[in-house]
Amino acid sequence: MLSEIPLSYFLVVSTLMFFIGIYGFLTRRNLITILMAVELILNSVNINFVAFNRYLFPDQLEGHFFSLFIIAVAAAEAAVAIAIIISVYRRYSNIDVERVDTMKF
Amino acid sequence: MSIHELMFYLFSGMILLFSVLTVTSRRILRAAVYLLFVLVSTAGIYFMLNYQFLAAVQLTLYAGGIVVLIIFSILLTSHISQKFEPIGVKKMVFSALAVAAGALLSIMAILDYGFDTVVTTSQNPDMELIGTSLLSYEKNGYVLPFEVISVLLLAAMVASIVIAKKEKSK
Repeated sequence: MLSEIPLSYFLVVSTLMFFIGIYGFLTRRNLITILMAVELILNSVNINFVAFNRYLFPDQLEGHFFSLFIIAVAAAEAAVAIAIIISVYRRYSNIDVERVDTMKF
Repeated sequence: MSIHELMFYLFSGMILLFSVLTVTSRRILRAAVYLLFVLVSTAGIYFMLNYQFLAAVQLTLYAGGIVVLIIFSILLTSHISQKFEPIGVKKMVFSALAVAAGALLSIMAILDYGFDTVVTTSQNPDMELIGTSLLSYEKNGYVLPFEVISVLLLAAMVASIVIAKKEKSK
């Protein structure tokens, strides 16, 4: 049964995934790989919400709906981010964050 | 070891392995495919927790939609055979240290805190319940966020078309 696995195991997995995403966010230089790291972070937060809902409030659906809306917002975010990336690529012909610095002070 | 435990260790091992590969792989298309594996294993975890609708949404929207979008934009913006130059040792060491410190702190806090978990009956919320609570405006109803998210999706769609459109040449 599910009760053999404690809640904290899920939380540890999602914590590790979150920080792996942050590592990618800090070390990557290509804009698309940074976007993939952000997707990892959002996904780990979803696991948290779902595990909390199943273990702490199994007769309600708050965490379930929260993850649904997070997935929808992540889709919108990815669409806008990729549009911006394509626009940047058209202007500078690369998407390396260290070479796109026209607006830097 | 029961089948549940086995599934949990399988899925979480896949998630961790492929997350690390996603952020360290030097070929961008491979990184996108590893991300796909991470998202599919997450859907497996949702199936294990008995949220089948959420797992289906995860598979169709994340694994089917977002990863395909990312792969398309990779094909538009970079050469497939191109490899990233390796990141500097100093940057890598300091990022890894910061990340390890944060992860250690959070995991210690999690393991230290005693959650009083309810013994779950582990039932799957059926489609009827999900549908009615998405459209209900009473207690435990989600009609307001549902409508807001539909406006947000429309706005995002219009915005991404306007941003990615070619400017008129004069």
